[in-house]
Amino acid sequence: MTIKEVEQEIVDEFSIFTEWMDKYEYLIELGKSLPIIGENAKQEGNLIKGCQSRVWLNAQISEGKLFFTADSDAIITKGIISLLVRVYSGRTPKEILESDIKFIEKIGLQDNLSPTRANGLLSMIRQIKYYAAAYS
Amino acid sequence: MGKISSVSEIRKHFPALEQQVNGKRLVYLDNGATAHKPHSVIDLINQMNSRTNGNIHRAVHELSAQTTALYEAARRDIQKYLNAAHPEEIIFTSGTTASINLVAYSFASKFLNRGDSILITEAEHHSNIVPWQMVCDMRGAELKVLPVDDSGNWILESLDKLLDNSVKLVAVSQISNVLGIINPIEAVITKAHSLGIPVLIDGAQGVVHTKVDLQKLDCDFYAFSGHKLYGPTGIGVLYGKKELLESMPPWMGGGDMVESVTLKKTTYAALPLKFEAGTPNFIGAAALGEAIRFMNQIDLAAVSIYEKEIVTFLIEELTKIEGVKIFGVSDKKIPLFSITAEGAYPSDIAMIMDKLGIALRSGFMCAEPLMQRFGAESMLRASFGMYNTMEEAQIFVEGLKRALKMLR
Ligand SMILES: Cc1ncc(COP(=O)(O)O)c(C=O)c1O
Repeated sequence: MTIKEVEQEIVDEFSIFTEWMDKYEYLIELGKSLPIIGENAKQEGNLIKGCQSRVWLNAQISEGKLFFTADSDAIITKGIISLLVRVYSGRTPKEILESDIKFIEKIGLQDNLSPTRANGLLSMIRQIKYYAAAYS
Repeated sequence: MGKISSVSEIRKHFPALEQQVNGKRLVYLDNGATAHKPHSVIDLINQMNSRTNGNIHRAVHELSAQTTALYEAARRDIQKYLNAAHPEEIIFTSGTTASINLVAYSFASKFLNRGDSILITEAEHHSNIVPWQMVCDMRGAELKVLPVDDSGNWILESLDKLLDNSVKLVAVSQISNVLGIINPIEAVITKAHSLGIPVLIDGAQGVVHTKVDLQKLDCDFYAFSGHKLYGPTGIGVLYGKKELLESMPPWMGGGDMVESVTLKKTTYAALPLKFEAGTPNFIGAAALGEAIRFMNQIDLAAVSIYEKEIVTFLIEELTKIEGVKIFGVSDKKIPLFSITAEGAYPSDIAMIMDKLGIALRSGFMCAEPLMQRFGAESMLRASFGMYNTMEEAQIFVEGLKRALKMLR
């Protein structure tokens, strides 16, 4: 599947929720099931510090594709992170650099990307692109 | 005319409280960050922006005379409200942060030298930490810190040891924005004064929840912001004792703060203008005056009794919830509660409760050293204003329980 197709899949999944609480329930569930990155990867160099919560992002390249693992103190943030990992992990640097993801807005979570939320998500997306640039 | 004493009467004055947020009735519990404004304040701002607008102290035309009158009336009303001895002891600034910076730079440039120190506490807002760090760095001075105990109360016994003759100023908050404890500032002022050390009080939260009598309190400086006291943003006050302010050099230079200017030498205007360089936020100042006049109509004793009921209710209910920890325990507590909850991260709780219409604060609340003191990465805070009801306190508790159930 292309990045666009995975995005569409996520948008479809979220379209069944009419209530915010259901959306959050789902994100919490996703957050809980996101594989926690190894403690060794939870180091200063992988830390993205926000005022609200911390995010850790670890990247590895294998056969020309980037694989991400990530974690956060905050479970809803972690849920959104798991969606980002689903979209970006296993992609070539070129795919990542050429992407312009829209699903976060489409499922109504754009507030989480505002700098005032300072939960590390915006920096995380930027960081994913840096990794892609570094490996391309 | 009788004063307004019931919360339902008070609420009617605040249009912002009538709105819905995320499809739910707004329950605004982030008053520690900023408060809503009553109609009278909003109306004056609108009136001045749409009609009565002329730069103050500068022109002979009618509009300028009117704005100058409003500006100076605000100064006098603030002086009376706080019982300061003289109107010129009330300096308009852009807020608490600017007030503290003004003292830090002006006072320190004259009175702070290598080997001197400034004393703060462990429970200060960044606004009452960073400016002192900056001037201490500049002058080769040291920043000393009075610690708090596990319940968040100042450890006053440490004061004797800390207050030696290197201390040139004590700068402490009347009420911490995280702990909500009314601190024993009187004891600290008395002690510092016995050694001839001046004291600055960060009253950003204190002025909202206590009746301040500056002459009785006898502090040397008192700083607060308009926007937390039901006034507008971008305006605040620095109170300083006249003799002290007179002995301090101006901080910022510009128009309005001068007596005469030649390219060789400038002499400065007398107080308060010496510290009010440039066009001040005169609409904000006038509107802060209006907020003070509004406060004068409120039966603050009745508000205080109601606040105590809310505090008692919240302590009781929050301690019943498993894994919830309250930071700041004292019988002198305002309705401001910072908590952590095991198994649930503060920003998650705040996000869920936001969708229930409940506005809270999460994060480290501009007090990182205090967070470190308590080993907390982040906290959740509910802070009540005089228009918040017991029913809203109940909604908060119910919302919290619901969020915790989802998250745990
Ligand atoms: C205790 C305390 N001090 C200082 C400040 C800073 O106030 P302002 O941002 O209005 O300058 C605040 C505001 O949160 C506060 O609560």
